[in-house]
Amino acid sequence: MKFGIVRFPGSCDDVDALQAAARVGDAVLLWHADHDLQGVEAVIVPGGFSYGDYLRVGAIARFAPVMAEVEEFAREGGLVLGICNGFQVLCEAGLLPGALLTNVSLKFIFRQVDVEVVRGEGAFTGACEAGDRLSIPVKHTTGRFYAPEAELDRLEAAGQVLLRYAPGHNPNGSLRDIAGVSNKQGNVFGLMPHPEHAVDLLTGSADGLKIFESMRAHVEQHVLA
Amino acid sequence: MLEERHRQLGLTDDEYARILERLGRAPNDVELAMLSLMWSEHCGYKHSRRLLRRLPTEGPHLLLGPGENAGAVDVGGGLAVAFKVESHNHPSAVEPFQGAATGVGGILRDVFAVGARPIAVLDSLRFGEPAASERSRYLLDRAVAGIGHYGNSIGVPTVGGEIYFEHSYEQNCLVNAMCLGLAQHERLIRSAAAGPGNVVVLLGALTGRDGIGGASVLASAELVGGEGDDQDKRPSVQIGDPFSEKKLLECCLELLDRELLVSLQDLGAAGLTSAASEMASAGGVGLTIDLCQIPLREPDMEPFEIMVSESQERMLCVARPECVGALLDVCERWEVLATTIGCVTSGDRLQVTHRAHVVADLPVRVLIDDCPLYDLRPEPPSSDLYGAPSASLMGGESPAGTLLALLRSANLASRRPVFEQYDPVVQSRTVRRPDEADAAVLVLGGRGSDSTAIAVSIDGNGRRVACDPRRGAAEAVYECAANLACVGAEPLGLTNCLNFGNPEKPHVAWQLTEAVEGLAEACEALGVPVVGGNVSLYNEAPSGPIFPTPVVGMVGKLPDGARAGRLGFARAGDAIALVGPFEPSLVGSELAKLRGQAPVGELPAVDAGRLRIVHQAVRARVRSGAFRSAHDIAEGGVTVALAECCIAGGLGASVRLPNGLDPFGEAPGRAFIVSGPIEALAGFVVIGEVGGEVLAIEGVLELAVSELRDARDAGLAEWV
Repeated sequence: MKFGIVRFPGSCDDVDALQAAARVGDAVLLWHADHDLQGVEAVIVPGGFSYGDYLRVGAIARFAPVMAEVEEFAREGGLVLGICNGFQVLCEAGLLPGALLTNVSLKFIFRQVDVEVVRGEGAFTGACEAGDRLSIPVKHTTGRFYAPEAELDRLEAAGQVLLRYAPGHNPNGSLRDIAGVSNKQGNVFGLMPHPEHAVDLLTGSADGLKIFESMRAHVEQHVLA
Repeated sequence: MLEERHRQLGLTDDEYARILERLGRAPNDVELAMLSLMWSEHCGYKHSRRLLRRLPTEGPHLLLGPGENAGAVDVGGGLAVAFKVESHNHPSAVEPFQGAATGVGGILRDVFAVGARPIAVLDSLRFGEPAASERSRYLLDRAVAGIGHYGNSIGVPTVGGEIYFEHSYEQNCLVNAMCLGLAQHERLIRSAAAGPGNVVVLLGALTGRDGIGGASVLASAELVGGEGDDQDKRPSVQIGDPFSEKKLLECCLELLDRELLVSLQDLGAAGLTSAASEMASAGGVGLTIDLCQIPLREPDMEPFEIMVSESQERMLCVARPECVGALLDVCERWEVLATTIGCVTSGDRLQVTHRAHVVADLPVRVLIDDCPLYDLRPEPPSSDLYGAPSASLMGGESPAGTLLALLRSANLASRRPVFEQYDPVVQSRTVRRPDEADAAVLVLGGRGSDSTAIAVSIDGNGRRVACDPRRGAAEAVYECAANLACVGAEPLGLTNCLNFGNPEKPHVAWQLTEAVEGLAEACEALGVPVVGGNVSLYNEAPSGPIFPTPVVGMVGKLPDGARAGRLGFARAGDAIALVGPFEPSLVGSELAKLRGQAPVGELPAVDAGRLRIVHQAVRARVRSGAFRSAHDIAEGGVTVALAECCIAGGLGASVRLPNGLDPFGEAPGRAFIVSGPIEALAGFVVIGEVGGEVLAIEGVLELAVSELRDARDAGLAEWV
């Protein structure tokens, strides 16, 4: 299967995501100014500071030419993973519920945190068991997940909360410890932790690989089969 | 009128007379502005260049030495690591966020100017006492935020650094940033302009009025101190935009990949003046520049302002005329402004035109080579330069109380509140993060290649250099090498930043001379060349100079990143050994400071030959896996080192110290605490065993590891 990683001006973790995806499949970079997804079976919107994060995080990237194709791809059921800044972009684009606000500390934070898998099924966490703890780093200034209470209830009831920070590990004040949510259909997923920085024990942890393996398994079973 | 103007620009009457003599005429205003910057201490190294010749710059791994934008060493496999450390002290004292941010931005440009992709940043910071000074807490908070802002946003990991707090830095904080970059050998590019008829292209941001005179007015003069007149210097501080630099970086690396450039140079201090004259000088050619071509932020800028602006995120390159079209295409794709502003000439002059008038016409030689060089007039100080710090320990404390006080002290407390504001993992190379080992470790290759790694450490202890400049400076080299040994790395080269007071004062000249001698001796003893560096002088306020602070950044190599050492005790039941000749004393120590003792006295001597053998022994056993942990004994002595090993590993230890060993005495860079299976420690002085939840030092103290950790965690968290 082939992953496509969007590269905006200001993307920082694009090559990291490319290398992580390449551990489980083929992976190519998708240039922000092109209206071309190169026939990929999954899109990753990576971390970084797209367009300098000016105006508001993710707010400019969401209007990049390639995002029109990504939105179309998502509407047709294609898998879209947003990591950190990518999560922010997908929220801005209306592909994911909720919003990401400034950390309660008001500071950038890097920390290796544990997240718990809420649902061990579906396109992004199918290779996990519910209750698994994954050690994955976070690094952001704007990562506090927010949605109105009623919306949070609805997200939980609908099984859209896929990852939560483990007790004591919430680094940013995210409501209900939410670390990652999907859309209603389950084909678009955003998370603040960086699974692409947890794909090799040499650099700290290999737990994040499960996200990429889940995506490959899903595509192979449901798209390529 | 001109006679007064040269003084305003920081030139002495003698220097101005020298200009008249070399030119055979009076310079016009534009020329005088250019000369005043090129002849400033910051650009011209007037008071340090002769001294710096003492430093050894030859080594078997050296690829680029001093004089280029950054030095570079061979790390095998056809790869080179370029690196350099540079100061941004005075801007950070005036405006800490932008000062520190643009310090990072500047050193990144130095590294990608030689064609290397920046892969790591480290910082060395000095502030006044946080407990006593609100200003120091402010500077710390904003400088750290500025470093994080730039490094995090541009996607280069901040993998290490150091921070010390001393009263002498109250008015003159130090912000030194080091960057490492990676390149194929053949991709390294020099800054020398070449090929008359080739085109000079300016890349990057618009040129504005920021940073005018930054190198002369700000960086080459003493600060006044306090919130007074230095605030007027704020317009001399540049403003950074990491997003612009990120695009510029990717654009430049792609231009090099496509072999579209003849040479590349960053615009730093003294802006276009310095970049153009250095490129021309290195290439033995002339340049013409048409100021009307330069894209300006403010249209009414004067020619001299355009020539000396220190607007950030700009690079200057030379390209063959037939490559310019392709070059502009790459720049357009990256949304980087690129403008042809001049050409290389066969002469020896830097000629600047504006609206068809020649506004400056100077021999390159006068700008670069004719800068006066001064001999220092060193004299040892006749009295103590630095007073005694206020005491926080009165001397009657138990060893346990002393250890907790040391761990809680600002200089030894956990740096976590700071390094959690930096991204240490982007680019997926980081094998050892801050707090995991004595040096940061990064793998060079991508997945599937071998796991050859480099290690890097940055160090300098101004208080010890204040006591004994020669030995104190040498210790910075030894400690960096010791840090590398602890992860299994062999030193390849080092860079240094010499932060000192006013060199025109004999006692500062003496500190500088002695420190350079100490650095040189240590480099020679260990066989490590200096690949480049930076000098920051005039770090002085009315209350006196800063502690003399040479900062050393050392890069080494290890064959297998997966076997990089860690500092924390790893396994209960492992034996603990004290490795190396260790005859510590309290002179210049953290404990002496807490007890309110002035930084005076002779530091312990070093047997450099033996030290090198000890470092080799540690390195070899870390690489083989015989040592499961290794940590050098530095500030706070053997007791603090043991506590740090316990905290990092989450394990206790039972230890008996050799007779007569001062539990808190210091002799950095000489000795190590290591652990491993008892049979792996044969031949070393075994002093105890790992295990339990308590650090027990027989006859000295017993403290729970949790108590040690709480003390160490609390120290800085209060201030950050």
